[in-house]
Amino acid sequence: MNHASPTAPCRLRINGQHYAADLPPSVTLLDLLRERLDLTGTKKGCDHGQCGACTVLIDGKRVKSCLVLAVSIPDAAVITIEGINQDGQLHPMQQAFIDADAFQCGYCTPGQIMSAIALLEEGHVHSREEIREFMSGNLCRCGAYNGIVEAIEHVIAQQDQDSKGEAA
Amino acid sequence: MRNFSYSRPGTFDEACRVTEHTRFLAGGTNLIDLMKSDVERPAHVTDLKSLSMNQIEELPDGGLRLGALATNADTSAHPLVIRHFPVLASAILAGASPQIRNVATNGGNLNQRTRCHYFYDPDMVCNKRSPGTGCSARGGRNRIMAVLGTSEACIATFPSDMCVALAALNATVNLHGPKGERSVALRDYHRLPGEAPWIDNVLQPGEIVTSIDLPSVSFGEHYTYLKIRDRLSFAFSIVSVAVGLEMESGLIRRGYLALGGVGTKPWCVPEAEALMKDKPPSHSLFRDVAERILEGAVVDRDNAAKLKLAPRVIERALWQAAEGTPQSQTCKTIR
Repeated sequence: MNHASPTAPCRLRINGQHYAADLPPSVTLLDLLRERLDLTGTKKGCDHGQCGACTVLIDGKRVKSCLVLAVSIPDAAVITIEGINQDGQLHPMQQAFIDADAFQCGYCTPGQIMSAIALLEEGHVHSREEIREFMSGNLCRCGAYNGIVEAIEHVIAQQDQDSKGEAA
Repeated sequence: MRNFSYSRPGTFDEACRVTEHTRFLAGGTNLIDLMKSDVERPAHVTDLKSLSMNQIEELPDGGLRLGALATNADTSAHPLVIRHFPVLASAILAGASPQIRNVATNGGNLNQRTRCHYFYDPDMVCNKRSPGTGCSARGGRNRIMAVLGTSEACIATFPSDMCVALAALNATVNLHGPKGERSVALRDYHRLPGEAPWIDNVLQPGEIVTSIDLPSVSFGEHYTYLKIRDRLSFAFSIVSVAVGLEMESGLIRRGYLALGGVGTKPWCVPEAEALMKDKPPSHSLFRDVAERILEGAVVDRDNAAKLKLAPRVIERALWQAAEGTPQSQTCKTIR
């Protein structure tokens, strides 16, 4: 037998489900999701933190899961593209991406959507320029950027309308 | 990525016990990438995130202490940073992407490695990665490489934006190591490559950056962080400038200036800053300041354009600061 490869405990809550296992520390959160949990909605593009296809939420914040060791975020709440539907309905951001034709091949789309959901939480939504700047961590090789910004603007407008409705 | 053993100590004394094959992990946005590229091959990774170093708090003299584990995003959005050190918030927002800034830490920013293409490619010789093998960047594709502080052995830039603002602000780095605590001026923290470019900074084995102190300054709106790069966002700088001016009655009482993208470390020249003392802003003054801070620059095969670009960026940044119209990091139009 070879030298035992080191492991370390990993405890997470992924899309509401508890996960616990001993993992090699070199396993990234992205590889845990895709290779061990079959959550393949989160994509591996560059695997170097440059493309944003692997974007997920950790404790509500958007991060690149290819640059996070799975063992290094004990008890974190991870949300992936599989975890954002609302009672089986598409998340409004998903629907807006469809309506605005915000993708062609679709490979960057899960990352774009997770990033866009966080963008709205952060409130970086005051202008088209601000949206573009704060979405710059997500690349789209098909060049669907105009549709992506349009989809995001649509959800912002929807939210504004909803909050006005509540206030009335 | 090669596997490694992993620990997450709860005390500094435990964390400081290292071998030469240990690497410290904070946000990991650079270290994990380097491990994937096989540039870093640690046998053990010591995760620092259980140490209590994520606070941002005021110092008695009106300055600010930034915890080493506070994220770049939290630091740039902190009310005290925005109110008292907007040039720092601006520099942080000019770097990386929102997802990276949510994870990357202040301490990690100081200790990131160069993004020289040759350093990142284990098939190429590189003195910084493999001491004594040679420098592929000299005479190579070196459009992005440094023109200041270079040596025969290395012309790689230090890539940080945040550290350019920290250098301008005369920040101090607080360290905890096996021999106790000490502080180092940020301007002295990073090393020139000289004959040993594999040593990036003055950290001793087992030493950890615990926090960064910012002394009180009074720039008001007289500051800017102006960054020129190959695309408008999420790219390392070709030339960047951090400026703060303490102004009174139309005169610059004291000028703070640092450059990124052109040096092997955040580039400051106190004599260039001193030229501004008690002078009114003027084209000739700012031209002299730019000339002085760029003195001694050496170009290689592809990077001569930096020497044309840099004085223009410096002068424009000084005018932005003098006029109190800092560069927006959202609207990229340069005024």
